[in-house]
Amino acid sequence: MEYVNPEGLRLDGRRPMEMRQLRTEIGVVSRADGSASFEMGNTKVIAAVYGPRSKVINRSASEMPNRTKVKKLVQNRSQQMNDQALVRCEYSMANFSTGDRRRKTKGDRRSTEISLVIRQTMEACILTHLMPRSQIDIYVQVLQADGGTRSACINAATLALADAGIPMRDLVTSCSAGYLNSTPLLDLNYLEDSAGGADVTVGILPKLDKVTLLQMDAKLPMDIFENVMQLAVEGCKAVESHIREILLENAQTLVIRQGYGS
Amino acid sequence: MRGIQLSFSNTQKLRLEKALAQLESLSSKLNSNATVIVADKIPVDEDAALKGHGTLEMGNDVVASVCGVVERVNKLVYVRPLRARYKPEIGDIIVGRVIEVAPKRWRLEINFSQDAVLMLSSMNLPDGIQRRRTAVDELNMRSIFVENDVICAEVRGFQHDGSLHLQARSQKYGKLERGKLLKIPPYLVKRRKQHFHHLDQYGVDLIFGCNGLIWVGEHVDVKDAMVEDQVNKSDPQNTHSSSLPGSSEEPTDTPLERRQYICRIANAITVFSALGFMVNLDSVMETVTLSLSLNLGVHEMLEAEFHVRVAEQEAERRSTSKRRK
Repeated sequence: MEYVNPEGLRLDGRRPMEMRQLRTEIGVVSRADGSASFEMGNTKVIAAVYGPRSKVINRSASEMPNRTKVKKLVQNRSQQMNDQALVRCEYSMANFSTGDRRRKTKGDRRSTEISLVIRQTMEACILTHLMPRSQIDIYVQVLQADGGTRSACINAATLALADAGIPMRDLVTSCSAGYLNSTPLLDLNYLEDSAGGADVTVGILPKLDKVTLLQMDAKLPMDIFENVMQLAVEGCKAVESHIREILLENAQTLVIRQGYGS
Repeated sequence: MRGIQLSFSNTQKLRLEKALAQLESLSSKLNSNATVIVADKIPVDEDAALKGHGTLEMGNDVVASVCGVVERVNKLVYVRPLRARYKPEIGDIIVGRVIEVAPKRWRLEINFSQDAVLMLSSMNLPDGIQRRRTAVDELNMRSIFVENDVICAEVRGFQHDGSLHLQARSQKYGKLERGKLLKIPPYLVKRRKQHFHHLDQYGVDLIFGCNGLIWVGEHVDVKDAMVEDQVNKSDPQNTHSSSLPGSSEEPTDTPLERRQYICRIANAITVFSALGFMVNLDSVMETVTLSLSLNLGVHEMLEAEFHVRVAEQEAERRSTSKRRK
């Protein structure tokens, strides 16, 4: 199939280096400490952050599926973690988010893996040592899936954490890139994602210039991989500037509302 | 807009926007570059600056770790977060809910990152006598507070292990009954000299907990501890059974009119926090008066029109206070 036509346009009419339109809204869940919805084209994700709150000791079995298996490990972990906050993340996909409606079980492999990815990425930027004996819960739900849900979830989670006033080293931003028809493509949609080519998801700390997430689910030659990754990093930086703009705007309205200084 | 899910008509929308624009124009004279977001660089003049909360050293720069406003006190530079959970300070008056009765202590949910602890030894027993707490007292803890009781206390400090301790060493602290508990974002409550308010004209007590929990309840007369002590001395047998809160001679029901005032005040606070304005006694009272002068029913206060009115009133209030300066 032709993913880039001779005029250099992709299936949805974008150029290879073009991102989808970003739309962001902060404070969409009124009961949460912080929340945000993040749209990349047709991919729409909502994130809610609760916490830092007191650690829930008696977790139900559904919340910790592997608890019995790694019981000893968890105990050790909780002992070690008493001087810092515990970050938890739950990723879920709405039944109506994909083209064919299907009922997915809550703890399937894919969502467990993505939960883990998001948790580790966020843990890397949250200053957990400032909030001992507490936990931070991040709930991410995909409302519309059109490729790049992983990156969208990370971006939404960052925004929600910043909204919740949780101290962070930097804003993590994420973007994906792929390689189809011998062309590096930025921000793959569902059709391109399922084409079978390489899909590189990158998460960076833009100010620190560090990579916190790098995933690829195909093989690519070294030199091409570097190009594709560079493209994804550029995408992350574009997302960052968008996120910063939104956050600053939000902060300024809050300042005005609180009548600070007047 | 955060927290407001109302359908405004077109004129209401315009009026609200106008009021908010007026607020914006009032605060635009402030140095707007004091607002920072995560990982923004904070300009620091000297190297000797002290880095406070919400800041982080990154290479040679000082950067913000939260979204907020940069504050400078002499050499100290810190970021005051715009939205965050409650951060306790010693002496804060807070309202909380008991979640557990543990040995010699109650555990309270106070909207902080961990639960607070109120020791049996750090509160005056309701009969107001100073003595050692015995095992009998410990067994009777449930007759003082049980789970889900709403109580008011003061922050005593952090223990060595990092847990937060409370105290209730006065008659004004203790169980709160016959009223309404409101939860608003804690950043909308400013620390002040006075957090207990008795609104005489309505017969209502108002407690602004620093942790964002606000109590609006029927006025209770604080009994003089000395007088009570004498009563107890004369009758030492029943120190526990008779004078517990709740079980003591309960007055008759709260009159309907007072209940309506409680709801009215509560709704005024709800509207205020939904608009994201700082909540304080003057503004709440002004809002209540406004609602009374408009002859609004209690439920009508939560409608779109009243939100717009309150926003306009706030804009008016801030501009007059500005002019006075």
